[in-house]
Amino acid sequence: MIETQEFKVIGTRPIRPDGIDKVTGRAQYGADIKLQGLLYGRVLRSPHAHARIRSVDVSAAEKLPGVKAVITGRDFPAASNETVHAGEGVVNFSYLSENLMAQTRALYHGHVVAAVAAVDVHIAEEALKLIKVDYEVLTPVLDVIEAMRDDSPVVLQEVRTDELGEKGTKPTNIASHGRHDLGDVDKAFANAAVIVEREFVTGTVHQGYIEPQNGTAISSMDGSITAWTSTQSAWDERREISEVLKVPLAMVRVIPMEIGGGFGGKLNAYLEPLAAALSRKAGHQPVKLTMSRDEVLKATGPTSASVMRVKMGADKSGRIIAAYAWMAYEAGAFPGSPIGAGAAVIFGPYRFENARIDYYDVIVNKPKAQAYRAPGGTNAAYAAEVVVNDLAEKLGIDPLEMRLKNGARQGDRRADGPTYGPIAYLETIEAIKVSAHYNSPKPAPSRLGNKVGRGVASGYWGNWDGRSSASAVINSDGRVSYLEGSTDIGGLRASLAMQLAETIGLKYEDIRPMMGDTQTVGFNDATGGSRSTYGSGMAAHRLGLKIIAEMQKHAAALWDVQPEQVNVKGDVYSCGEKAITFKELAGQLDETGGPISVSVSLDTKGALPTFATQVVDVEVDVETGKLQILRYTAAQDVGRAIHPSYVEGQIQGGVVQGLGWAMHEEYVYDKDGHLLNGSLLDYRMPTALDMPMIDTILVEVPNPNHPFGVKGVGEVPIVPPAGALANAIYDAIGVRMNVLPMNPRNVLKAIGTI
Amino acid sequence: MSRKISVSATINGQENEFLCEPRQSLLEVLRDVLNLTGAKEGCNNGNCGACSVLLDGVLVNSCLVLGVEAQGRSITTVEGLAGDELHPLQRQFLENAALQCGICTPGFLVASKALLEKNPNPTEHEVRYFLAGNLCRCTGYDKIVKAVMAAAEEMRAKA
Repeated sequence: MIETQEFKVIGTRPIRPDGIDKVTGRAQYGADIKLQGLLYGRVLRSPHAHARIRSVDVSAAEKLPGVKAVITGRDFPAASNETVHAGEGVVNFSYLSENLMAQTRALYHGHVVAAVAAVDVHIAEEALKLIKVDYEVLTPVLDVIEAMRDDSPVVLQEVRTDELGEKGTKPTNIASHGRHDLGDVDKAFANAAVIVEREFVTGTVHQGYIEPQNGTAISSMDGSITAWTSTQSAWDERREISEVLKVPLAMVRVIPMEIGGGFGGKLNAYLEPLAAALSRKAGHQPVKLTMSRDEVLKATGPTSASVMRVKMGADKSGRIIAAYAWMAYEAGAFPGSPIGAGAAVIFGPYRFENARIDYYDVIVNKPKAQAYRAPGGTNAAYAAEVVVNDLAEKLGIDPLEMRLKNGARQGDRRADGPTYGPIAYLETIEAIKVSAHYNSPKPAPSRLGNKVGRGVASGYWGNWDGRSSASAVINSDGRVSYLEGSTDIGGLRASLAMQLAETIGLKYEDIRPMMGDTQTVGFNDATGGSRSTYGSGMAAHRLGLKIIAEMQKHAAALWDVQPEQVNVKGDVYSCGEKAITFKELAGQLDETGGPISVSVSLDTKGALPTFATQVVDVEVDVETGKLQILRYTAAQDVGRAIHPSYVEGQIQGGVVQGLGWAMHEEYVYDKDGHLLNGSLLDYRMPTALDMPMIDTILVEVPNPNHPFGVKGVGEVPIVPPAGALANAIYDAIGVRMNVLPMNPRNVLKAIGTI
Repeated sequence: MSRKISVSATINGQENEFLCEPRQSLLEVLRDVLNLTGAKEGCNNGNCGACSVLLDGVLVNSCLVLGVEAQGRSITTVEGLAGDELHPLQRQFLENAALQCGICTPGFLVASKALLEKNPNPTEHEVRYFLAGNLCRCTGYDKIVKAVMAAAEEMRAKA
């Protein structure tokens, strides 16, 4: 039914409504805000990765002329120990509060110890130098395997392992050990004709959004707080500010500004509660805090370093009959790595009757791990996709055929529990199999001695639906003012306006979309989990149905008939011989019952997982270990591409981000836990020169649960690149990589040169 | 507080006089003193290019230039690209969906303008080479490179 839908707006490529502001420099991002009496803040951070804080003396800083407020852990009331779902994961407010502002312990290099507001940022910086902190330096825990040892120093003394649901009895860094079991994995391995077992190690990486975190807030004399910030989730921010500062939810308003990238790293608060606490102390003047790049890398974001052991067994025909994974992810200084999602991703694309996954969440003295585009997925898929290719080679089967033979389909039960609905993984493999790229010869190396290889890999991501609200006003000229509440991080206003226009039969240009805030529009979950085009698109559709129903009433009043007698086709309302267009009717609202405004709030369901299969050609310089990506093609089940350019853009961006993780990116710590590469020179993200064009193949298998067939597209493209690249390196030089990043040093190590 | 210095400069074609502290960067002056917030701070140490501006026609990271160094010079920011209509680069960035979050866009536009003034007919490789000082984390660069090539073609046809 959905397959035969014909669209007027969906599938076109209009220009985004916020476009002109964004190419002329007028768009207001978080750091661009100016307010009367604005003060500027700076944050003091721990120079130690692990220390006890004996005392913090701010008296000299407070006396510096121009300083208006100084805050420390003493200004933060004890937060509730409640753990709730927020953003793309869970948030424990006590740990959130302690992460925002240290109390008695500094838990990573860069942990906030105090903050200052002053009349300008330079005075605030001078004041930081006057704050005296007495630290007792402790031994840091920096490695996931060492952290798991019984004799390791313990980061958080209160933590007890959640061991398969039972609480442990002694202090530990292992926050939890979970297990998924399917069938009888031991017996199945005993029957396998071929078994491959490998270990993988991956480094800590960052989302790398170009806009540093920022937060501006006023704490008013009436106790209310207004915050302006770049956030993926205004409502989660509001909840966090409310919990941490003990202000009722309705007294907190979060106004999302334009946001300069997030990728999961801007789901939770860092600076907003500090700005509000400073404002409260600074005579209720507004305070703006922004992070430097060094602070962004030291104290926000990263996603987990990991160690994984993957074992897979197949029968002679190439059917995978058993799979086992042991996975340990670094959580950073507080529990909550994306290990659960990693455990879902690792075998997500495959079907087998026997599997076991043991997975551990491990605390270390690094910043709290945050969601990062398909959290926990890229490294997990890296491990599995290398093993699948190894298995295929040992069986003499083409890697794509191996995936077609073993690929998950509707009705298969995933190792971690859920049974797949109408998914479309195999279609992405077929798309690569028939692609121009896969069917052309490998390019020649650019230099004698270099080797060129081709590799494929697949990936799965779960996708989220979640809660979305929106409202609309019908203007007398027939245009629609549309307020939505999901953060627009890359063209969402356009994608949602298109869905509303399609629903009510108007042109894209007739919809004027705007992003609301926590006070002006109903509740919205985060822009995360690839949910917004799906969930908020559903809200746009429902909003459109409500608008149609209201317009039917007005047409009925015009013709003195019942609303059910009014037929609607596109933008034409008719009853018998009488007909009127949406625009004409909008001009007669006052004569037919008065103005129209509608709103919806939905708890959407029915998001479907998506799959991607990608192929890469790489040139390996065997003397230096340098990799050059020569060609890349990414196929993905996108459900229905609402705005194909933005879907392609998500795929291209995800692939390049995944290649950065695969090739270059990694946190480098010294033995004391100091981050050594806190700059964008040393934390090496891909540049335009590093990459070729990224070709995309949009496989459209509509989601029957969504009025327009949408599936989330933003995350899954980052899942396969590391595995695909490792498999291409093997094709080039016959070496199976088992470490991320696959930078020149690690490639030379794998070759055996160093 | 350090003493402020009076600086005269031409900014986007307009004569301008402003006060700034010797320690303030040109980026800080543009954003905080002159209210031109189109140039963005992404790293404040010359690695990301989000603050790119033209100084006497030369592409610079405004975070690495002091405000006082602008004395007597001419500065072009993203706010100065469009006249009554968008610059071809701006329009091609929109038509080619070359921005997602848009935070790097002002820097890319200014850098691309500098490129096309030097080289009106760049190859894909030349575009990638010239823009390697500007980081984008959203797009994977594909659509940015295509937009710059399309703008170059359009500008050549008009010239």
